[in-house]
Amino acid sequence: MYTQAIDVPDQQPEEKKRSATALESAAYQAEFDAKLARGDFIEAKDWMPEAYRKTLIRQISQHAHSEIVGMLPEGNWITRAPTLKRKAILLAKVQDEGGHGLYLYAAAETLGVSRDELVEALHAGKAKYSSIFNYPTLTWADIGVIGWLVDGAAIMNQIPLCRCSYGPYARAMVRVCKEESFHQRQGFDLLLALMRGTEAQRQMVQDATNRWWWPVLMMFGPHDSDSQHGEQSAKWGIKRISNDDLRQKFIDAVVAQADVLGVTLPDPTLHWNEARGHYDHGDIDWGEFWNVVNGQGPCNRERLAERVKAWEDGAWVREGALAYSKKRRAEPARAA
Amino acid sequence: MERKEWPLWEVFIRSRNGLDHKHCGSVHAPDAPMALQAARDVYTRRQEGVSIWVVQADQIHASDPDAKPEMFDPADDKIYRHPTFYKLPDEVDHM
Repeated sequence: MYTQAIDVPDQQPEEKKRSATALESAAYQAEFDAKLARGDFIEAKDWMPEAYRKTLIRQISQHAHSEIVGMLPEGNWITRAPTLKRKAILLAKVQDEGGHGLYLYAAAETLGVSRDELVEALHAGKAKYSSIFNYPTLTWADIGVIGWLVDGAAIMNQIPLCRCSYGPYARAMVRVCKEESFHQRQGFDLLLALMRGTEAQRQMVQDATNRWWWPVLMMFGPHDSDSQHGEQSAKWGIKRISNDDLRQKFIDAVVAQADVLGVTLPDPTLHWNEARGHYDHGDIDWGEFWNVVNGQGPCNRERLAERVKAWEDGAWVREGALAYSKKRRAEPARAA
Repeated sequence: MERKEWPLWEVFIRSRNGLDHKHCGSVHAPDAPMALQAARDVYTRRQEGVSIWVVQADQIHASDPDAKPEMFDPADDKIYRHPTFYKLPDEVDHM
């Protein structure tokens, strides 16, 4: 993704710019503002304000962490998928999530951090990931509901990011969104199959919908009035649609889908508001949201422990492969 | 401490014969064969390619983004380099 490692003449332009005089800085800032105003993309080696860079690193790395932690609740069902077809689909989906993590880490790396640093921050508990993955996947229907609602909400969030001002992030998101559509559709397809099955299977879908609905609505983040980063991110062209607007758009789309499926969304106050032209919904339990964000969700500890274990168990492979490549490079020199 | 992170590679993919290889992303890998393998696994899972190039990222030399004006502005005022600059008689304008 046009990485930091690429050699640019005149060495360290970043360093040069950081030590620029106030007058030069103002010129860089003016050029940056003009680009945003024109709707131009900012590219990896272009000058950007430190706060813009930091915000992007935080957001893109959180997003990358969410992708790879998101592999865990679904991976939980690979060995128990009911048919070979469903197993192949689930494997492909979990593999996609790993790929999405990779695209996003690479986009973050263009901003001058290494992937290892970012992963270390995750493992040390210093970096956040989407709180939705701290909920357990209790039944096979959860796998379907994750595709339908969790990935559905993710797509709502991600489509505007395909037009975000930072080029490498926008390009990664285009790729992610294309693949995400398969995730959502396979989830709905899985649920349809269950709904056409036995009464017990229909119950299972309803139960999973009940458990996931509210946490999914929380995925869009706090109300706009309580959102910490919203305004500045909007100015920078990183966030183009607000949390509440995205959440509303999602609810409006899902109600009809739930009807087709034949499940009831667990919100008795959910109803069409003719005047607003939108569905009104009940209050979200933000106490639960902050609890999970701050580490007290049902699976926070388990998820992080699994990530750290996978990283540590794989260390010998990473080190061995690197040692082998070094040895191979050294060989011709010895022969000569 | 010794650096343990796998180096970064840029990945270029030819989507089908007759087209150029196009940059599509990056992978970390210890050597070229593994970079190709990782690129295949990540970037061609849905028939996106028929050929892959990988280049170690620190081997790529790029133009300086600060030098954009000097590098590219000189082309701005040379419209005579485009065929549309020449208005020919109607009978032959489609030549």
